[in-house]
Amino acid sequence: MQADWQPTCSIELLHLRAQILAEIRSFFLTRAVLEVETPLLSYSSGTDPQLDFFTTDYCSYPLQQTLYLQTSPEFAMKRLLAAGSGCIYQICKAFRNGESGRNHNPEFTMLEWYRVGFTLTQLMDEIAELIALLFKERASLNATQRINYQDLFFKYTGLDALLFNYDDYCAFALKSQSLDAIELCKTDHNAWLDFIFSHHIQPSLGKNALCMVYGYPACQSSLARINKDNSKVTDRVEIFINGIELGNGYYELTDAQEQNQRFDEEILVRQQNSRPVIVKNTHLIAALDAGLPECSGMAIGLDRLLMVLTSNKHIDDVIPFSLARS
Amino acid sequence: MASYSTNEFKAGLKVMLDSDPCAIIENEFVKPGKGQAFNRVKIRNLKTGRVIERTFKSGDSLEAADVVDVAMQYLYNDGDFRHFMVPDTFEQYQCNEKAVSDASKWLKDQDMCTVTLWNDSPLSVTPANFVELAIVETDPGVRGDTSGGGGKPATLETGAVVRVPLFVQQGEVIKVDTRTGEYISRVKE
Repeated sequence: MQADWQPTCSIELLHLRAQILAEIRSFFLTRAVLEVETPLLSYSSGTDPQLDFFTTDYCSYPLQQTLYLQTSPEFAMKRLLAAGSGCIYQICKAFRNGESGRNHNPEFTMLEWYRVGFTLTQLMDEIAELIALLFKERASLNATQRINYQDLFFKYTGLDALLFNYDDYCAFALKSQSLDAIELCKTDHNAWLDFIFSHHIQPSLGKNALCMVYGYPACQSSLARINKDNSKVTDRVEIFINGIELGNGYYELTDAQEQNQRFDEEILVRQQNSRPVIVKNTHLIAALDAGLPECSGMAIGLDRLLMVLTSNKHIDDVIPFSLARS
Repeated sequence: MASYSTNEFKAGLKVMLDSDPCAIIENEFVKPGKGQAFNRVKIRNLKTGRVIERTFKSGDSLEAADVVDVAMQYLYNDGDFRHFMVPDTFEQYQCNEKAVSDASKWLKDQDMCTVTLWNDSPLSVTPANFVELAIVETDPGVRGDTSGGGGKPATLETGAVVRVPLFVQQGEVIKVDTRTGEYISRVKE
């Protein structure tokens, strides 16, 4: 029986984590991608309708201000890109309130990088190279798979992911014994996609292989750019190994006006779902206004990467102290 | 009655679902990085014993079920009901065959067992993990066999039939694991 003062992961894992961090840094050093640090605390946070944040109070009498712990370093890093930093990467902590489970700890380690001038396809090549490097001599991986979201969705469900037909979606829920979906998702296409993908598709993705899913439906675009040839899809990629979601990448949206509009829409959705109010990050809008270079960016959860590298089934097995022991 | 949020769901928690008392077996938090958070929950219906899988939106809640496990002594069977007693309070409960179900074949008068009460009425009966029962019928053993490779069926005093090694004789008392129905050892009188 372990005592509460003891780490939840093994000492070997501390060594592995240190090696992985060193290899990632060397990978980007040889590619002339600059390591940066940005603040974990900010006066605003992302407006993502599905994320809850931590807040804290800055007290310097008479000034008292609420500050947010970042849910990702995305906004600050884009401001550096707009200021002319060139390609950058960062390894940092990110915080998401209420997320706790086998694959989630509310505080986790993230690798995020941006490549100026890269298309999404070029970014995907680089992701595959990085993953191959980190797995080399540690665990065997089958050939990398690249699958279009719409094809993938059709393969597993027979449904069109880009065209929401309520009756067809309900029929699938009946057939797959997911009656809960009908009540939970109602006529919200986004919720249906999340439900079906997480219950019926994701667990089968990337059997001992890196699986990259690209071409997400436009309604799930977040901060990605809408595809220039097909306005129904967005230039976004998600990567999976053994059914675990490891990261998310975009061909980044550079249009300040569209970004501003998406913020407003997300804030509205947050209000409708009675989630905490948030002020939008005007610094990011101003940076996009000044000009964000054409770029692609990727974020990978390093704790989950360590999980799949070591075949551990719980995030607590790869971090020294989970929230319960913090 | 109190209610529990999906964040509090953990194995063993008793909740009401579709008007039936249920026990949570497993709760998994599922959230696509950019999407809706769900809790996929495995639940056992305590009335039917059936295990089902349900999905909730994270943050949803279920009403708590007033279900408690009480250690009781099995008294007797009056033909219609089986009677149990809480030793400390002498409080007695009667259970119908449906609630007792599979436990009946392990219940011997005076033995302790667990009775699960829902709103103070018996929902199910769980025998002790190990019980000691006499063999009332089995074929004569084969001389010299001490390992019991194949084994033979033996009927116990409560009616249960278990496989025992060939050397075990009629009239002997044996220890049985009620969870698997397997013979463990002979019991020295």
